[in-house]
Amino acid sequence: MPVKLQAGLRIGEFSLVELLHEGGMSRLWGVSHAQIDVPLLMKLPRIDYGETVSQVVSFEVERMLMPLLGGAHVPRFFASGEFEDQPWLVMQRLHGETLETLLGSTPLAPLRVARLGALAALALDDLHRQRVVHLDVKPGNLLLHVDPLNQQERIVLLDFGLSHHADLPDLLAEQFNVPMGTAAYIAPEQVLGVRNDPRSDLFALGVTLYQLATGKLPFGTPISNNGMKRRLYQEPAAPRSLNPQLPRWLQEIILRCLEVDPNLRHPTAAQLAFDLMHPEQVALTARADLRQGGRLMAFRRWLLTLGSRVEADEHKALPVSRAPLIMVAIDLKQSNPALDEALREMTRRAMQTATDARLACVTVLRVARIGIEPNLDAEGRSRHVKRLVALRHWARSLDLAERRITYHVLEGTEAADALIDYARSNAIDHLLMGARGVTGVRRMLGSVSSRVVAEANCTVTVVRAHALAPAEPDAGESTPVP
Amino acid sequence: MRIGLLADLHANREAVEACVEALQALACRRWVVLGDLVGYGADPAWVVDWAGEQVAAGAIAVLGNHDQAVIAGDLLSMSPAIGAATAWTRSELDAGQLEFLRALPLQVVDEDRLYVHANAWAPGEWAYVSNRLAAARSLLATPAWLTFCGHVHEPALYHLQAGAASHFAPTGGVAIPLSSQRHWLAIPGSCGQPRDGNPAAACAWFDTDSRQLGFLRVPYDHELSAQKIRAAGLPPVFAQRLGEGR
Repeated sequence: MPVKLQAGLRIGEFSLVELLHEGGMSRLWGVSHAQIDVPLLMKLPRIDYGETVSQVVSFEVERMLMPLLGGAHVPRFFASGEFEDQPWLVMQRLHGETLETLLGSTPLAPLRVARLGALAALALDDLHRQRVVHLDVKPGNLLLHVDPLNQQERIVLLDFGLSHHADLPDLLAEQFNVPMGTAAYIAPEQVLGVRNDPRSDLFALGVTLYQLATGKLPFGTPISNNGMKRRLYQEPAAPRSLNPQLPRWLQEIILRCLEVDPNLRHPTAAQLAFDLMHPEQVALTARADLRQGGRLMAFRRWLLTLGSRVEADEHKALPVSRAPLIMVAIDLKQSNPALDEALREMTRRAMQTATDARLACVTVLRVARIGIEPNLDAEGRSRHVKRLVALRHWARSLDLAERRITYHVLEGTEAADALIDYARSNAIDHLLMGARGVTGVRRMLGSVSSRVVAEANCTVTVVRAHALAPAEPDAGESTPVP
Repeated sequence: MRIGLLADLHANREAVEACVEALQALACRRWVVLGDLVGYGADPAWVVDWAGEQVAAGAIAVLGNHDQAVIAGDLLSMSPAIGAATAWTRSELDAGQLEFLRALPLQVVDEDRLYVHANAWAPGEWAYVSNRLAAARSLLATPAWLTFCGHVHEPALYHLQAGAASHFAPTGGVAIPLSSQRHWLAIPGSCGQPRDGNPAAACAWFDTDSRQLGFLRVPYDHELSAQKIRAAGLPPVFAQRLGEGR
């Protein structure tokens, strides 16, 4: 007999307070605990009627994964257990609404779509770095939360019932004949049974962004297995044909997410977030100008399908790989040719290690005070452009394809702060910068690089030009040679 | 309580010492020895004595096919190299040590766990759990929620599902929560003679409270073990494979 759930019932060390949501798969109760003062949520899968095996296994997966997850983009896990026959799981209850609530007001403004997409991609990047693929990304599983401490928006990912962890046995692999996922959003390789490719989440996020930007679903809501497979060969209508207000760069990004071949999508969620945060630097391809999904494209998709089928099994052995975002900080004020060359050489090596690594060339424009927006006046603009030109010049001999390199002029009163903040908000993997000579002033104030090394949340390489030994010892007298 | 598990120790003292130290550092307070204490390696007496001390203090140990061969002394059914090595091992053990091996059970059930060297369906026939079908066969042959076995030298974790069991090759040091809703079979991998290309000794721990399982690889001085094998006049290939993990 299933347990009758009601307010006041004690389950484990928790007391049920109020029923918050009653869904087809599970019920959510607000609960309290004597020693825990953050708001708590208890999830109880339905076991009373109409449950499917996959539902039960999904909850098992969620109980297995959630205790291992951490960070700001997943709800904090507290406890799980069984109460008579009823399994349960308690997590932090976060305030906010899921993106599903925005579907009534689509199409959203393009910049809002890009902003939400960037936040979701950063959340996915955080998850992927924990060696987990979500595999059920959709508006209802993306919670927009405003941090009460700093008022900053972030996306928190919900529902890990279909997720795959690279270091844990996968309870869902091979278990079911039907593809595991949500029909409208599921990635094509996931339809074919691949469960360990983080880029599947980028496809599903692409469907979500398409929907927010146009109000339509690119592949409809198929109800059959074959219906889901149609996305393998059928090109979706170009988003700009549905919403002419949509900028070309956003169509470029969305259609890249929806590529059938995962190798043609952004290699990582961090790179997708980067594009969504820097629209002016998105390298446009034929995708940006597509009018609608033409017949030729359908044919191309069909051909690619054949390839994906063969690859499906190989993917299973692939570890979760990373295409790094590399950032090089360039000081244009104190040019030192030897150091410039050493820094370029190190950058070249870092870029060679991964073919889909991307490079952001960054310099800091010092401004006296923030808030006066010097960039808006003509003089400010020209200083800005001058630096962009200088950055391009600096990077010219790296000879990188346009899609692999971007240029950024940051403004700030402190170079170190600007660099640290940029690395953090762009999910940079590796920051390269030059070390300056130790002059008296530097010694007193501390160098920019030592602060960046201490405070940046990524790998930092400080490059030094080969230092020549002093020609003369500066000890007063030299020892006479006997 | 946290249990440390060692399988296929194969008379490798250095590997056993390294695994015990690593597992103690992870708060393991009880030991399970999954058979094949001897064979291949140069320190059978030391390993049997160590296991004997642990069993006297409450540890569990089961019999392996190499242990069986040494006590049976049936050398004719083996290849000449193995036969000679088995005879050497036998000559290294005193009566008490041989008696300890002779008294080892084929399998032990402890709470909801089964410990056995080869498999659950015919523990004394030494068939390997080397694929998903064999894993399913073993899982279906026991009511135990969790089976630990050795014999196969590669670490693996199987769970029962419809058809062949699902196979997982442990990758990192992540503690794996074992769901109580399905049956599991775990192979820690060989402590004394790893064969998956990684020379580090393999072992595992299981926490009976949190129901988490961890697989470990512990580097040890395999050159010393190899040197002792050569010095004992055992087949050089036994020494060589320790460095290659093959």
